[in-house]
Amino acid sequence: MSTPSVSPADLAEEFMERRTALQRVQGVLHKYPYLSPLIVLLICVIVFYALNDRFLLPQNISFVTQQTVVVGTLAIAQTLVILTAGIDLSIGAATTLAQMMMANLAVYATASNVLPFAGQNPYLAIAAGIGVGVLTGVLNGFLIVRLNLPPFIVTLGTLSIFTALTLILFKARTIQNKEMPDVMKWLGNTFQIGEFQLLYGVVLMIILYVVFGYILKNTAWGLHVYAVGDDPNAAELSGISTKRVIFSVYVVSGLVIGLAAWLTIGRVGSASPNPDPLLNLDTITAVVIGGTSLFGGRGTLLGTLIGALIITVVQNGLSLAGLDQAYRVLAVGILVIAAVATDQWIRKVKA
Amino acid sequence: MTATTTVTPVVQGVNLVKTFGRVVALDGTNFELFPGEVLAVVGDNGAGKSSLIKCFSGAHTPDAGEMYIQGERVEFKSTNEARKHGVETVFQTLAVSPALDIASNLYLGREVRKGGFVGKVFRTLDKKRMRTESAAHLKNLGISTLQNITQAVETLSGGQRQAVAVARAAAFGSQVIILDEPTAALGVNESARVLKMIQDLRDRGLSVILISHNMPQVFEVADRIHVARLGRRAAVVTPQTASMNDVVAIMTGAMTVPEDQQQLTPIR
Repeated sequence: MSTPSVSPADLAEEFMERRTALQRVQGVLHKYPYLSPLIVLLICVIVFYALNDRFLLPQNISFVTQQTVVVGTLAIAQTLVILTAGIDLSIGAATTLAQMMMANLAVYATASNVLPFAGQNPYLAIAAGIGVGVLTGVLNGFLIVRLNLPPFIVTLGTLSIFTALTLILFKARTIQNKEMPDVMKWLGNTFQIGEFQLLYGVVLMIILYVVFGYILKNTAWGLHVYAVGDDPNAAELSGISTKRVIFSVYVVSGLVIGLAAWLTIGRVGSASPNPDPLLNLDTITAVVIGGTSLFGGRGTLLGTLIGALIITVVQNGLSLAGLDQAYRVLAVGILVIAAVATDQWIRKVKA
Repeated sequence: MTATTTVTPVVQGVNLVKTFGRVVALDGTNFELFPGEVLAVVGDNGAGKSSLIKCFSGAHTPDAGEMYIQGERVEFKSTNEARKHGVETVFQTLAVSPALDIASNLYLGREVRKGGFVGKVFRTLDKKRMRTESAAHLKNLGISTLQNITQAVETLSGGQRQAVAVARAAAFGSQVIILDEPTAALGVNESARVLKMIQDLRDRGLSVILISHNMPQVFEVADRIHVARLGRRAAVVTPQTASMNDVVAIMTGAMTVPEDQQQLTPIR
């Protein structure tokens, strides 16, 4: 009798290594979570260009970047929070509060009946507004870490609190463009690169993406943010103070919110006490479409930027194609569900 | 075997008490681990095995009692403080972060920064060094099945994850390594590899605490066996002086061993 050339174990080995094309795709998407949103973005660009070739004109691309800047910046804060398996529903209200603080502090004539110390140096006003942004983060972080409350509930509550504070402190009065000093609106100025018109605010957003991208990837704090979101018990047993990490994440995201408040004044050109009702959900949508898991621990800032771009590209492309904005809402809804479904599938990856 | 000894225990617990609400996990238990030995801790469910070692690994703080490492009185408020005293633990849950890669997991909580300006100001991690050293640690333990050190831990099999957790403890533990049910989720071959690792660690001069339900494995590697019962230490025996049946009898209270017949002194 001849002996078999391979032992049974070797035969099994062959099947263990065998992977279908789909599994290989799954593996690649798992390794580079920003790939799936990037593919979606490219498809959107191609489709909208086919529908209307004005879509890729420099003016329109510049316009898309301007439309993305506020949601894009706030989405950085939202990404940090969601990476720890939290969520920030108060992000829009906090931005409005910080923005109204800036505007009212800097404008004397009209705000003096609201704030006794109005009419300050605009730089001081901007710093104070950013400070208010940080404080909103401190409050959220304190409630979540110290009182052990779920982030969803805490930020749902502070959403109302910040909205009410804005109306109580600053009345329901919009500070107009011409009332505000130029520094306040500086981030809304544009500069020319070739045929592209870019906001200073867009530059600020890109700088923030680069800085936070670096921090998340290359510092111990960044790794700990991922570890805490991934498995808080494991992180704690590995010697990470999960509470400190989570608290610091909310404070840092408050800082980003403060900067975004300044940016919003420049972008909009005025300071309104009524927040954009879609702002909260748009930031969350950008993060989720961008491939960050709502369960925490996985995702990239690059993905979030792509996600924010997808939202504006869909909006812009549909209006250029002459379609109703309702289709944009429809498209974003489908994208969110598809993104979460993809995330669930990618998580099941095996080596 | 005389009872007189001058050897200082590496880990010592005196009258440790730990309660969770009305549940008494540790009821004034004593514990000694001597240098260079493998001490198995066995006991029925709820006998206080895990609570006991969690005190030493810093995951729990005892309500009362004293803990000593190398004769020095210690109080651990976190696992980091225990780690600073050279006590490393492989928890039953493994405590690895699934989405992070193998190297990041090995260094989780004690990352190495780059030297000079970049490390100080930008706090840049020295990923390259952590990866090479992680690979070396895994190789030291004879774990060669992990080809790629940048692989996410969630893509590994149960045995490979266990290996990562053990490698982390072995890489940093300078005094004591605590393993909580390290073979519970493993097959026969993988278990054998972990037992081999435990013996290697002992040969390197480390002291090992092994919690296990698996009697044959305990009798294979342990120098002494600490039997826990109802939050106390029922007896300490050796594989030579007691049979598996004896140990089970002590665990269930069917048998008691007078103190002068126990192995309360080091045998190595």
